[in-house]
Amino acid sequence: MVEACREALREAMAEDESVFILGEDIGDAEGGGTFKVTKGLSTEFGTARVRTTPISEQAIVGAAIGAAIAGMRPVAEIMLMNFITVAMDQIVNHAAKLRYMSGGETSVPITIRTATGAGNGTGAQHSDMLEAWFAHVPGLKVVMPSSPAEAKGLLLSAIFDDDPVVFVEKKEMYGTRSELPGPGVRIPLGKANVARAGRDVTIIGYGGAVPQSLKAAEALAAEGVEAEVIDLRTISPWDQATVLESVARTRAAVVVHEAVRQFGVGAEVSSVIHEELFGDLVAPVQRVASKNLPVPFSRPLEQAFLYTSDDVAAAARTALDWKK
Amino acid sequence: MADMTPATLMSIYRTATTIRQCDERFLAMLTAGEIAITYYSPRGQEVISAATAAHLTTDDYVVTTYRGLHDHIAKGVPLPQLWAEFLGRATGTCKGKGGPMHITHPASGLMVTTGLVGAGLPIANGFALSSQMRQDGRVTVCNFGDGATNIGAFHEALNLATLWNLPIVFVCQNNQYGEKTPFANHTKADSIATRGSSYAMRSVTVDGNDARAMYAAAGEAIDRARSGAGPTLIEALTFRFRGHNFGDDSSYIPAEQLAAAAERDSVPRLRALLLAEGHATEADLSALEKDVAASIDEAVEFALASPFPDADENRRDIYRDEVTV
Repeated sequence: MVEACREALREAMAEDESVFILGEDIGDAEGGGTFKVTKGLSTEFGTARVRTTPISEQAIVGAAIGAAIAGMRPVAEIMLMNFITVAMDQIVNHAAKLRYMSGGETSVPITIRTATGAGNGTGAQHSDMLEAWFAHVPGLKVVMPSSPAEAKGLLLSAIFDDDPVVFVEKKEMYGTRSELPGPGVRIPLGKANVARAGRDVTIIGYGGAVPQSLKAAEALAAEGVEAEVIDLRTISPWDQATVLESVARTRAAVVVHEAVRQFGVGAEVSSVIHEELFGDLVAPVQRVASKNLPVPFSRPLEQAFLYTSDDVAAAARTALDWKK
Repeated sequence: MADMTPATLMSIYRTATTIRQCDERFLAMLTAGEIAITYYSPRGQEVISAATAAHLTTDDYVVTTYRGLHDHIAKGVPLPQLWAEFLGRATGTCKGKGGPMHITHPASGLMVTTGLVGAGLPIANGFALSSQMRQDGRVTVCNFGDGATNIGAFHEALNLATLWNLPIVFVCQNNQYGEKTPFANHTKADSIATRGSSYAMRSVTVDGNDARAMYAAAGEAIDRARSGAGPTLIEALTFRFRGHNFGDDSSYIPAEQLAAAAERDSVPRLRALLLAEGHATEADLSALEKDVAASIDEAVEFALASPFPDADENRRDIYRDEVTV
């Protein structure tokens, strides 16, 4: 997925002079980024367009906001999602709201790329999935790719979107590889993808939850249960139509995310499904998520914190067995 | 920088008078209960904006704060649209959706007004960065108060501005109070200007209530930024006569301090100077002041006669594309 994100950045900068990147350690002089996503880009495009910043998240995001209002397309890298909390005022009070507060006179076409995830022992302050925080703010878009191919197409769309986008990359997925779409191919924001068709139960997820759900779907298929797996792609605004059309058919739903269960995106998706399809459901919408605690360091504790594809399959069975 | 001609002085006086009269009119309407808004009066700080704006074009960028009426008017935000926005009308600069704390008028270069203390500085850097990258010759002026110099965003922004040699002027309007806390009770720093040196930034202190001094300091800083010589921190000393916001009785401000400040009040000082140096007669100034009053009357009438925005506006401008809410 590292290469996928890098390719998207390269293509965007080659296509449009107003696209530039800023962030900590992103230049080749610093090794091309903590996760090497920007490796080679400062050599290719220069250090003015791939500019390394001090450790100053408010200044990074603020500079991106001002440049965006002035007509550029900045891509700010926040090294780890937990650090994005340092810039909450800039993102929530300004990037999200300036279009509305200005009555449309100004807009903020920034992309904030950030990495996070649990599973490799990075601990409670370097592993949080905070997408729900930003999904709760009208005016922001929140995107989380589920594979390298998805990352490339979605990141290109995010960069050229005229609204502020928080683009979340699961760092444990950086090492995965897949065939990438052709040059310039964009995957649209706001539209979900049916990753696997099925008639018996709908499993909805994004990011790492998609491969986990596909794995669960295989296990379920062996039992004669055909799961439909939907990749939201864009968390906010989310594609309610695709999800509701699916659950109207299957009448059973499971929502999956790595973020902790309490007050997560799953609660929103579940609520909307209940509001729209209550009478048609065979069971309450099931939620599979990480447990409600800070991400532990010690490996067995961290594994216990996370969910598994077995948990996803079990949730599907719970829904299907509900009325028995 | 262009010499300060009598015409420039008169122009600054006109702008400062417009600000002062608008402020008085808001206060009158608030006191009479004709309008009810949260209002942060810039009374006392008029000349800082007027003198700085004398060096700016509509292409230059200004960022300011909720105490920004003077910066708005000085930059050229049209009075009718400004008043309409303050009164929440559809004809306001922001269709009534932002209000006084978020006045935005890119056509005159008034790019961002923020209600968060200190938040404008990182954003102002962004405007300056785009000018630098595109080499378009624009300068960014960022306004904020002494209170803002204690928040993290101020420090991050100043550091980045010198590191990247951005074409920006940071104008700290030091009115001696951060909200209701006096300067000496919110920092041990001797002055705001000394803070700039921590970031290797050229920093100057000036009497912001002295039109000539402010004009000179602003002009030099703006010229330097425009020529690629980098940012300046201007500490413009001033005073704030109406407290933090409308309804504040200013009981925490010592009477002697208020009295001393009144003697150095910027607009009366400039008026006296114009007369003393023979740049205008009493008749000239009276005529100017009446003219300004008429333009404000017009703006107020326009605002009061304007419709409120339709509820449909709540579907627009959240994102580029309209949504259901």
